[in-house]
Amino acid sequence: MKQFFKSFLPHPILSLVLWGVWLLLNNTLAPGHIVLGAILALLIPKLTASFWPEKVCLSHPVTILKFTAIVLWDIMVANIIVAKLILGRTQHLQPAFLTIELDIQHPLGISLLANTISLTPGTVSCDLSEDRRCLLVHGLHVEDADETINEIKQRYERPLMEIFESC
Amino acid sequence: MLEWILSALIIIGAVFTLIGSIGLFKLPDFYMRLHGPTKATTLGVGAILIASALYFGFKEDGISLHEVLITLFLFITAPVSAHLMAKAALHIETRRIQRTRQHPK
Repeated sequence: MKQFFKSFLPHPILSLVLWGVWLLLNNTLAPGHIVLGAILALLIPKLTASFWPEKVCLSHPVTILKFTAIVLWDIMVANIIVAKLILGRTQHLQPAFLTIELDIQHPLGISLLANTISLTPGTVSCDLSEDRRCLLVHGLHVEDADETINEIKQRYERPLMEIFESC
Repeated sequence: MLEWILSALIIIGAVFTLIGSIGLFKLPDFYMRLHGPTKATTLGVGAILIASALYFGFKEDGISLHEVLITLFLFITAPVSAHLMAKAALHIETRRIQRTRQHPK
């Protein structure tokens, strides 16, 4: 039974997301679309199986919710901070390249971390080293490099590690 | 009342998008310019999308959920494109302003 379930639904989360996106795209809950969406949600993960070599498993739903809330809040704050920096005197900005040594190993976790960094206060992720150990980040206005790195590690990397690496 | 809220949201959205564009124009080098469009515009577009969802939710029957999808796609694509541009810029060694600090590896 478990084997059957595995071959039928190799990526349950992906299937669920595809189904939801299909229904949202059509903005409807008509039975026809529910069935069509379900068929697509079953077929697409199978057809694209080679793009998903590793099984994604998520744990700690509370951490996921907390992380999402923190990121959304930070995006809002980041927008205001960056707007202020842009409107202020740009001659005083102190841009810097930071190298963050990554503890997180999971590839999806790393890409989520990089995305989060790009969306939050004054930082854009620029490059990931070949061995996936260092992330190069550009900061728009960095006063204390170590403090910024520490904050990113504490605020974003730790919850992502909890979500991705406990399974 | 609803119209006031909608107008406020649209104006906030427009202002933030404008600030993002000003940043693109005003900041001195490529890497710094990247910050304008990736940040200031997410809130700008976000506010406009909320206004759109509210408008179509109240004026027409049923809720409008396309905006949720646009937000989702925007949050996925904006950082990825910023990352790719930054990577390309590093690769061809685009000019950066002198005072850029390089944190030791």
